[in-house]
Amino acid sequence: MIRKTVYGIFDDEDVLLNSVKEIKSNNIDIKEVYTPFPVHGLDKALGLKETRMAIAAFVYGCLGITFAGLMIYNIMIIDWPMNIGGKPNFTFYHNVPSFVPVMFECTVLFAAHLMSITYLIKCGLFPGAKSENPDPRTTDDKFLIEFEIEGSTKEVKDLLSKTGASEINEK
Amino acid sequence: MQKESEIRDPLILGKKSYHDITLDVSKPVEGKANKYWWILFSISFIMFIWGVLSMAYTIGTGIGSWGLNKTVNWAWDITNFVWWIGIGHAGTLISAVLLLFRQKWRMSINRSAEAMTIFGVAQAALFPLIHMGRPWLAYWVFPIPNQFGSLWVNFNSPLLWDVFAISTYFSVSVVFWYIGLIPDFAMLRDRFNEKTSPMKKKLYSFLSFGWSGKAKHWQRFEEVSLVLAGLATPLVFSVHSIVSMDFATSVIPGWHTTIFPPYFVLGALFSGFAMVETLLIIMRKVVNLEAYITIKHIEYMNIIILLTGSLVGTAYITELFMAWYSGVEFEQYAFLNRATGPYWWSYAIMMGCNVLTPQLYWINAIRKSFIATFILSIFVNIGMWFERFVIIVTSLHRDFLPSSWSMFSPSIIDIGIYLGTIGFFFVLFLLYARTFPVIAQAELKTIVKSSGSEYKNKNND
Repeated sequence: MIRKTVYGIFDDEDVLLNSVKEIKSNNIDIKEVYTPFPVHGLDKALGLKETRMAIAAFVYGCLGITFAGLMIYNIMIIDWPMNIGGKPNFTFYHNVPSFVPVMFECTVLFAAHLMSITYLIKCGLFPGAKSENPDPRTTDDKFLIEFEIEGSTKEVKDLLSKTGASEINEK
Repeated sequence: MQKESEIRDPLILGKKSYHDITLDVSKPVEGKANKYWWILFSISFIMFIWGVLSMAYTIGTGIGSWGLNKTVNWAWDITNFVWWIGIGHAGTLISAVLLLFRQKWRMSINRSAEAMTIFGVAQAALFPLIHMGRPWLAYWVFPIPNQFGSLWVNFNSPLLWDVFAISTYFSVSVVFWYIGLIPDFAMLRDRFNEKTSPMKKKLYSFLSFGWSGKAKHWQRFEEVSLVLAGLATPLVFSVHSIVSMDFATSVIPGWHTTIFPPYFVLGALFSGFAMVETLLIIMRKVVNLEAYITIKHIEYMNIIILLTGSLVGTAYITELFMAWYSGVEFEQYAFLNRATGPYWWSYAIMMGCNVLTPQLYWINAIRKSFIATFILSIFVNIGMWFERFVIIVTSLHRDFLPSSWSMFSPSIIDIGIYLGTIGFFFVLFLLYARTFPVIAQAELKTIVKSSGSEYKNKNND
């Protein structure tokens, strides 16, 4: 059977949210929702899993502080211990207070950059990537639900118009 | 739907639909620049060129072309450096700290404040670079394996902490800014037609990284913004703390005080907010953002200026008290000399501009006036430049032997470099105002229903 794509376009995020809940309760699969701004509660209504970006950032931060600690240990203690101002660098634990600023900065540096890179990769965002929003108005003021349906599209269309879609298109 | 107290003043004035916000934000990008833009741009560009020539002369001839001498061996360069870094602080405070506190008023101003941060830190970074004398060897400040035997950087030195602090601050600010810009670039991309403006379409397609606004992407976007805000918040406080340690860990009377880190951070926020006000009061007129940058936004910033200004004033007085209380005569002399010595006038300007003028914000009419705020913000900018000048030059010019006491006067090259960075800053900012979405429109659209004046009135009925 031919797969058809149906777009339901909404003018208001509250109407959209109600419609998504209604559609979900009727067990219809939503392929994607495109919105011009983050709509609160939409991820829960769609049943999206919680994102793990914060956990990733924590892991990257641990990596950063470990990297900085090892780097400073190797440079200041192992490779070339120096006696600066009568404060010799022969042991790490005696000198660690003055290494804290760099270790802190490296933690933030690693966490922020690696998390942002992970975010861009996970979302498939890179310079020159093609945008996938089916209607250019979805970055302006329209909210769009995309369906991919086998067979009759009537049920979905009825549901969309009942829940307040301003436009329903089929492709 | 979000709810907000009826008593709070609206943050968006007039009847604004989502589409109106799109139109207002994209108008400066789509339209042509007006006369004022070109006048400001020309002046800034001339200053920038003067700065480039002065820097080229410095690099060609050496640091001797500045007004420095053996006694005052740090002066305008580090003053300007600290001043610019300080200006950068408000941007990150607005975008990060106010995000964590869920302050909605940040949304109309965070984009420009962050732009100011990035351009300000870029100016600041120029000063250590040219002060090296041989900027082509600047990579020596990084711990890179090298062919000089085991010649490593010294991780005990605050100057090296500065390298890490400023490069982290700058790069994280850029990333934070850009992550927020991606959806707004996508909005601009979708406004341009492939046929009528193919160049702009290509440019914004490239810049928007193919953003489509999918539900999952928005979910990640919000979490990434929140975590970046959480990471940038300690950065705001650490960067200027570390800058202050350049002074505080030395043994110069007037510099080696433990009050420096909080005192510098507060001063930075104080000067940063003043610069945000200077820029935004002009910008709201030039690019017609009166509905989004309201007197309420200005008042909130004025309250922060009043708070940080009062704290900075307390820090000045604490310094004087500690000098007296320490019983160290050299310390006492350093502060007595600041206030009554040959540089008394710079101390007077600092005290007048930073301690007295912000107190005017206790008066309702001044706190809620664009013109008064604009004038006072200029005072604060000047005062904060003099604060750094006072700390640096007056502490150095009376050094350990009276025979080597001297004065500092800037050379034409010093002045050229300073004005050049101001020019460069405004060149960048003016170009930004014409090509970037100057308001975080995606975020702003989320508060229209709770903080827009139209919706508020509707609820009142």
